[in-house]
Amino acid sequence: MNKTWNNKAWWMVLPVVLLVAFSAVIPLMTVVNYAFQDTFGGNQFFWAGLDWFEEILTSERFHNALGRQFMFSGIILAIEIPLGIFIAMNMPKKGWGVPVCLVLMSLPLLIPFNVVGTIWQVFGRVDIGLLGAAMAGMGIDYNFTQNITDAWITLIVMDVWHWTSLVALLCYAGLQSIPEAYYQAARIDGASAWSVFRYIQLPKMRGVLLIAVLLRFMDSFMIYTEPFVVTGGGPGNATTFLSIDLVQMAIGQFDLGPAAAFSLIYFLIILLLSWIFYTVMTNMDKENGR
Amino acid sequence: MAEIHLKNLAHSYYPNPKGDGDYALKKIDHVWEDGKAYALLGSSGCGKTTLLNIISGLLHPSDGQVLFDGVDVTDLPTEERHIAQVFQFPVVYDTMTVYDNLAFPLRNRGRSEDLVKERVMHIAEMLEMTDVLKFKARGLTADAKQKISLGRGLVRENVAAILFDEPLTVIDPHLKWLLRMQLKALHHRVNNTMIYVTHDQTEALTFADQVVMMYDGYVVQIGTPQELFERPAHTFVGYFIGSPGMNILPTHIDGNLAKINGLSVSLPDSYKFDADKKIELGIRPEFCSLSREEGLDSIPVSIKRIEDIGRHKIARADLAGQEVNVIVPEGISITDEHTHLSFDASQINVYSNDWLVERGAQS
Amino acid sequence: MSLSLEQVSKVSGRDTHIYTTDLTLEGGSLNVLLGPTLSGKTSLMRMMAGLDAPVTGRILWNGDDVTGKPVQKRNVAMVYQQFINYPSLSVYENIASPLKVRGLNKATIKKRVNEAADLLKLNDMLKRKPLELSGGQQQRCALARALVKDAELVLLDEPLANLDYKLREELRQELPRIFTESGAVFVYATTEPTEALLLGGNTATMHEGRITQFAPTLDVYRQPVDMRTAQVFSDPPMNYLSLSKQGQQIQFGENQNIPAMGALANLPDANYTLGFRPNHTLLEKPDTEVMNFTGEVNVVEITGSESFIHLQHADSRWVCLTHGIHDIPPETKLSLYVDPAKVYVFDADGQLVIAPNSEVN
Repeated sequence: MNKTWNNKAWWMVLPVVLLVAFSAVIPLMTVVNYAFQDTFGGNQFFWAGLDWFEEILTSERFHNALGRQFMFSGIILAIEIPLGIFIAMNMPKKGWGVPVCLVLMSLPLLIPFNVVGTIWQVFGRVDIGLLGAAMAGMGIDYNFTQNITDAWITLIVMDVWHWTSLVALLCYAGLQSIPEAYYQAARIDGASAWSVFRYIQLPKMRGVLLIAVLLRFMDSFMIYTEPFVVTGGGPGNATTFLSIDLVQMAIGQFDLGPAAAFSLIYFLIILLLSWIFYTVMTNMDKENGR
Repeated sequence: MAEIHLKNLAHSYYPNPKGDGDYALKKIDHVWEDGKAYALLGSSGCGKTTLLNIISGLLHPSDGQVLFDGVDVTDLPTEERHIAQVFQFPVVYDTMTVYDNLAFPLRNRGRSEDLVKERVMHIAEMLEMTDVLKFKARGLTADAKQKISLGRGLVRENVAAILFDEPLTVIDPHLKWLLRMQLKALHHRVNNTMIYVTHDQTEALTFADQVVMMYDGYVVQIGTPQELFERPAHTFVGYFIGSPGMNILPTHIDGNLAKINGLSVSLPDSYKFDADKKIELGIRPEFCSLSREEGLDSIPVSIKRIEDIGRHKIARADLAGQEVNVIVPEGISITDEHTHLSFDASQINVYSNDWLVERGAQS
Repeated sequence: MSLSLEQVSKVSGRDTHIYTTDLTLEGGSLNVLLGPTLSGKTSLMRMMAGLDAPVTGRILWNGDDVTGKPVQKRNVAMVYQQFINYPSLSVYENIASPLKVRGLNKATIKKRVNEAADLLKLNDMLKRKPLELSGGQQQRCALARALVKDAELVLLDEPLANLDYKLREELRQELPRIFTESGAVFVYATTEPTEALLLGGNTATMHEGRITQFAPTLDVYRQPVDMRTAQVFSDPPMNYLSLSKQGQQIQFGENQNIPAMGALANLPDANYTLGFRPNHTLLEKPDTEVMNFTGEVNVVEITGSESFIHLQHADSRWVCLTHGIHDIPPETKLSLYVDPAKVYVFDADGQLVIAPNSEVN
């Protein structure tokens, strides 16, 4: 839709443009700068070309972190998307239950990330945490600081608790927009609940599901604060995901060059995978009649 | 195929209805005969969709029963009533092909693929959709999608009735002609009971064997299209059917003379009414004519406007402040010199307090 | 007042919504845009209003170029098919809203709102919210809001399409009366030919992004410039027959011949398409010279006093409109008579060659 030209709009956007330039574009350029050079800070730069990129892409440490990250994001998506859809389908559509449910679902989303991490860290502690103590009391051997599986499970449960509501709320909005006539027609056609889900609800939720999948994928792939607070990347490096690894490299070891290259690679991976998700999901939409 | 009996049926959306005003559907007792085409005609809010949803089972009536072939189905859910419904907006399963859409109701009920194929091809041929069977339903036009909705209803073998809820709402006028004709031809072939809800009188009159005219939750008249046209039981029916509707003129009747605006018009029969009744004369624009000269029983009028819609003209005349419409056939010219209005006396209907009075009645 | 579109077109991506078009509309009468859905009526109206900019061409208002002017600066009112009202404001406040924006004082606003409410019979409902009203009343509220603005350009995009049949009839009668007094330029979009005829004024027929004809409504109806226009402007659809003229004979179908009658006799030998309206067919042979066709009845629709007979003639579907009730069973062979003085003839390109003589009026 071509709106008629309105110059005033550009003036209103200018502050935002400046802000974004300052906080995002300039630092990004700095990172790109570091990625191709060798430096220990200060103002001494030596051209390194693609050395850092090669080093990162061939390092075992990077591959392991990448593998862990994919596994984490994969599990997250596999749990949160279906669970979110399920919750959305069972939320009340009318009456006083609606605002109650919506508020309850929104609560986990409002908590700052490091607070979420802290909550679960305390929650899971074997000595004082509700969960940890309960598990110990029931005789289950649970210790997320020492046991790799327990650490993973804790992080996954924490993320599911934190973010499933987002998927649920998005899907709920999508479901609300389906006209009643579709359900009536399905009843008349004798469709089972599964058929109704597969042929009516799922296709009509496609738009919101795309948003939910993209958001959850990107966020879980970039996750930093929560696992850092809960496990610090441990035990060992069992839960050292990409961003934790990157920070260790950049700030811990002060390897600015490789860290910058790592950042760019990280950015490009997310971009690529998001593009793939987007293209696949919108093309599923395009299989038209004629 | 089934006979549907609505026994003492009424419906209120309120939990404790106190009076008639709380009822969306007032008491009705009616039998829909097997195999006939019915139209439920009325304006928005008259209760026709409520009635349709009660028949299909999507709504449970607050009073009364619904019987299919004598069996009480009032408490049966929609799926078990063997009815088919076509909605106002095309409802198709976007992700499936046309073939799969049509096959869906049969596959849900566990029919063999051979039977499915036979039924789907049969219905597709009836609806002239054999060439689009392989396409995904999403990309088709609105009228094709409505045909798919209809097809899904027809494909099942033992459908008790097919219910249409204003199905041509989203269809373009050109395609409406085609689709209406196809629906009517379909009824001849298929012999299912069909109930068609609409606010468009042309759709109702062309489709139905019997028209059920509704107003404010009441059934005002049930009859053939011809009966509703020539002998509307209520002035509302006279107004609603016909474009423009019936002319209703206040009058005073003495024996067989009706006095309108001081002049007398002779009626074919004599009537006698109590003084307190509101007496009106109903005459359709199709049965009025205008001429330049005064004639027997003619009434002077003045022409306010003439509308030419091609196949006939509508002359809007003024009779002492009352608007009277006259339909003038094509080819006859009308000017404002045509100031004399006459009626085809055999088509005059007399109404007392809005209800039709039978010929020669006393009340 | 006048609105001119010069060489205006609208393209988005690969779709051409409006092909290069010129159109001039004068104030004081109703201009109807008639065409099926997706023919471009709404795109054209949006450009007239200033909601969309044309890709080429200019839009002139009273001679001034307003192409770049945003819609808020133009004096336009628009009414849509969906009843658009501000849901949280009462009917009074809805109608008053354009006047408040303009900054008029309370007394003037009250007077103007009451005038508009009178005209559209909304006086009893001024305190209610739009969602409490019926469909017809909501649309009247939208119309009142458009009316009160005293705009110089009023655009109505199928405003009655979502209303009941009878309500549509009533409002259709009132609309010309309400709007033409102000002298503004009125544009009314519709898919129904009958509505165009009832509204009168001028009609622009549209087909797939092009304006095929623009003239007084009855002229377009009686002398459609080509087959597409005739098709758009007929309800029931016009009946067509492909034929070829050879000497004194007309040949059609599988070697069927009838003599060339009336104006047809004077045509050069070529292929033509014959068109005749459903209401110009006769079931009984009159004494005058007529063309005789036979067809097989598909179905008969009866509407009280008239019958629509749907016939199959070779590959074409024809509709005949006759008076009286003729309940003819399907598959009956029927003879049809057409007065040659009432036929349309289109050449091989679909352009009009012959139209029936104008009616005695």
